[in-house]
Amino acid sequence: MAANEVDVFANEEKRNLELGGHVGFDSLPDQLVSKSVAQGFCFNILCVGETGIGKSTLMNTLFNTIFENEEASHYEQEVQLRPQTYDLQESNVNLKLTVVHTVGFGDQINKEESYKPILEYIDTQFEKYLEEELKIKRSLFNYHDTRIHICLYFIAPTGHSLKSLDLVTMKKLDSKVNVIPVIAKADTVSRSELDKLKIKVMSELVSNGVQIYQFPTEDEAVAEINSSMNTHLPFAVVGSLDNVKVGNKMVKARLYPWGSVQVENENHCDFVKLREMLLRVNMEDLREQTHARHYELYRRCKLEEMGFKDTGPDSQSFSLQETYEAKRKEFLVDLQRKEEEMRQMFVNKVKETEAELKEKEKELHERFEQLKRMHQEEKKNLEEKRRELEEEMNAFNRRKVAAETLMGQALQGCSQPFKKDKDKKNFFSLPSACSLTSGRNLN
Amino acid sequence: MTASSRYRSRVPRPEDAEEKEYVGFATLPNQVHRKSVKKGFDFTLMVAGESGLGKSTLVNSLFLTDLHKDRKLLNAEERINQTVEITKHTVDIEEKGVKLKLTIVDTPGFGDAVNNTECWRPITGYIDQQFEQYFRDESGLNRKNIQDNRVHCCLYFIPPFGHGLRPVDIEFMKALQDKVNVVPLIAKADCLTPLEIKKLKERLREEIDKYGIKIYQFPDCDSDEDEEFKRQDKELKESTPFAVIGSNTVVEARGQRVRGRLYPWGIVEVENPSHCDFVKLRTMLIRTHMHDLKDITSDCHYENYRAQCIQTMTSKMNADKRVESPIPILPLSTPDVETEKLIKMKDDELRRMQQMLQKMQQQMHEQDL
Repeated sequence: MAANEVDVFANEEKRNLELGGHVGFDSLPDQLVSKSVAQGFCFNILCVGETGIGKSTLMNTLFNTIFENEEASHYEQEVQLRPQTYDLQESNVNLKLTVVHTVGFGDQINKEESYKPILEYIDTQFEKYLEEELKIKRSLFNYHDTRIHICLYFIAPTGHSLKSLDLVTMKKLDSKVNVIPVIAKADTVSRSELDKLKIKVMSELVSNGVQIYQFPTEDEAVAEINSSMNTHLPFAVVGSLDNVKVGNKMVKARLYPWGSVQVENENHCDFVKLREMLLRVNMEDLREQTHARHYELYRRCKLEEMGFKDTGPDSQSFSLQETYEAKRKEFLVDLQRKEEEMRQMFVNKVKETEAELKEKEKELHERFEQLKRMHQEEKKNLEEKRRELEEEMNAFNRRKVAAETLMGQALQGCSQPFKKDKDKKNFFSLPSACSLTSGRNLN
Repeated sequence: MTASSRYRSRVPRPEDAEEKEYVGFATLPNQVHRKSVKKGFDFTLMVAGESGLGKSTLVNSLFLTDLHKDRKLLNAEERINQTVEITKHTVDIEEKGVKLKLTIVDTPGFGDAVNNTECWRPITGYIDQQFEQYFRDESGLNRKNIQDNRVHCCLYFIPPFGHGLRPVDIEFMKALQDKVNVVPLIAKADCLTPLEIKKLKERLREEIDKYGIKIYQFPDCDSDEDEEFKRQDKELKESTPFAVIGSNTVVEARGQRVRGRLYPWGIVEVENPSHCDFVKLRTMLIRTHMHDLKDITSDCHYENYRAQCIQTMTSKMNADKRVESPIPILPLSTPDVETEKLIKMKDDELRRMQQMLQKMQQQMHEQDL
């Protein structure tokens, strides 16, 4: 049966066969090369270093062109990254070069968060590639790969050792990208100081477990040169695009009153070594490492986060689709649950507010009642007072009437003056009462 | 032209004496000279800046001694959370009978940690402490042997790798500008070509003006100084901030043994004025302006501190109503802030009452009509 045949074939050992003549598949590498040359290459460099340390100048010197770059200010609030893409061509090989510079690195007073924007940028590039990979309709061969292939970390030549910021940043970066430390502005360090500095820097990196990029030594063609270069790390570089006449040649150099530092002179600085390693020997290896090591690590972490596993609890491999479906269902259920929750919350809140409002209404009502009662009481009091006053008025009127009648009697009794001496008193007291009342009547 | 020769050239010659009556107080400068030599001088210099900028090397080059033996340099990981320390080295040096007690105040750890917020606090604290110490000594009963530990000058090292001042530089200089004479220097100047040095100096001068940082200004020389001195002074002023290089090693250059740094491409001579401004710095700091620095410290910065101190003390006492301070109180010529406020309040009240009174009067007047 067919199934058994397939099994038989799979269990057979693979044999090495001798060729009878020239077949011609030794041209496969050439085919690969011509295909990739036609496609064009892509290389992304990230330069991390303090403002003014010479990142742009070094890039200009390395690629022998002037990349447009304005001077950065020292007063940025946060570290930012500025990517720029260029298309370069050298003897029919097209290179799409992206150079990313950090702006404002090391300028802030509090540098604890300085490494974060850099990590974010690197992760974002990985994320974009992962997205492209997971798409249903994807075009990876056409995709502009922006993942950072190499990070050049510029160390300030202070002469003693690494700065604390350098150590912290390189530690965070070493698992995400290939890091190559370089000592910038190396024309300020004399030979003996330079050796000491290199040793100190490397020992500090090693003792803190920072894994910088090691040039590969497996391939015999480049093993020797690579292993010797590994001992010269970190490279002490000087960058310059100014041409200075030395002897009878024009070379790239920096001209000082006491001499000129030639960029391409191996006795003066390690620029040539850096260029060899970076561009001429190991560029492809850097790209490979980025894809095979750093990107795979990122991808694994990301997918594990999302809940994917390669092997299930009974050691059976899951397929991505099944897991994906399961995840999707889970996610939808989650979403529904959350919606319900939110609706509940909303209803609860509405109820609460209603209850509050009711209470307030009750309170207002009570107050109203209270005020009404008070009002009534006061009205009563006022009524009483009015009555009292009226009574007094009546009493007074009665007295008035009484007084008038008495007056009338008194006038009548005037014809009998001596009869009532007793009344004299009254008589004399009366006129006052009379005048009062008359005065009153007038009013 | 040394100071002593300048003074001597001013002494009137005996021929003049015959023309008018010679009193003789023109020899006062010589007497001052003699007494000061006998008394000796002291000078406190502070150096501040990030580690690795060549502060110790420069100080050694300036005073031609080795002040920093057995220095322990920290690793990068130890420096992540480092705090600023203050270390003091005092040496007695003598030259031609003139004794100088030199104190160098070093600030290891400045700007080295990852988070450098307020890293200048210990430094300003130290300067204030010295002022306070002097204040107490000055106001004490026995004033015979006052030790002057006040910081006379602060050399601030700016790294040459950037494009100008960084935020930490600005904050530091602003925090110190009213307490000490700040002299900014461009460190490790052998990484800059002459054109770059010029650009950087201009940039720095611009930024110092822009941010209003008060650095030490050279005093204008008197109009009756000779031309040579005036020219030197002008040159000095135009080349601030100084771009310096330091070195302790002696190398052979142009047939001479000079202090310098040996590179594969040439030799940088520290004392060559076309290579760096070290000579100018030395002239300014030691040979011509040392006493001026001391004067400004005691006349300007210290007096400011003293006035502030007294004001805060008396205002606190007015609030507490206690007489406890050991230092005698001087009568205040300026009124206290609090009493001023009270007076103002009372004035306002009075005014309001007067207005009300006027209004009432008017009302009554209208009623009577």
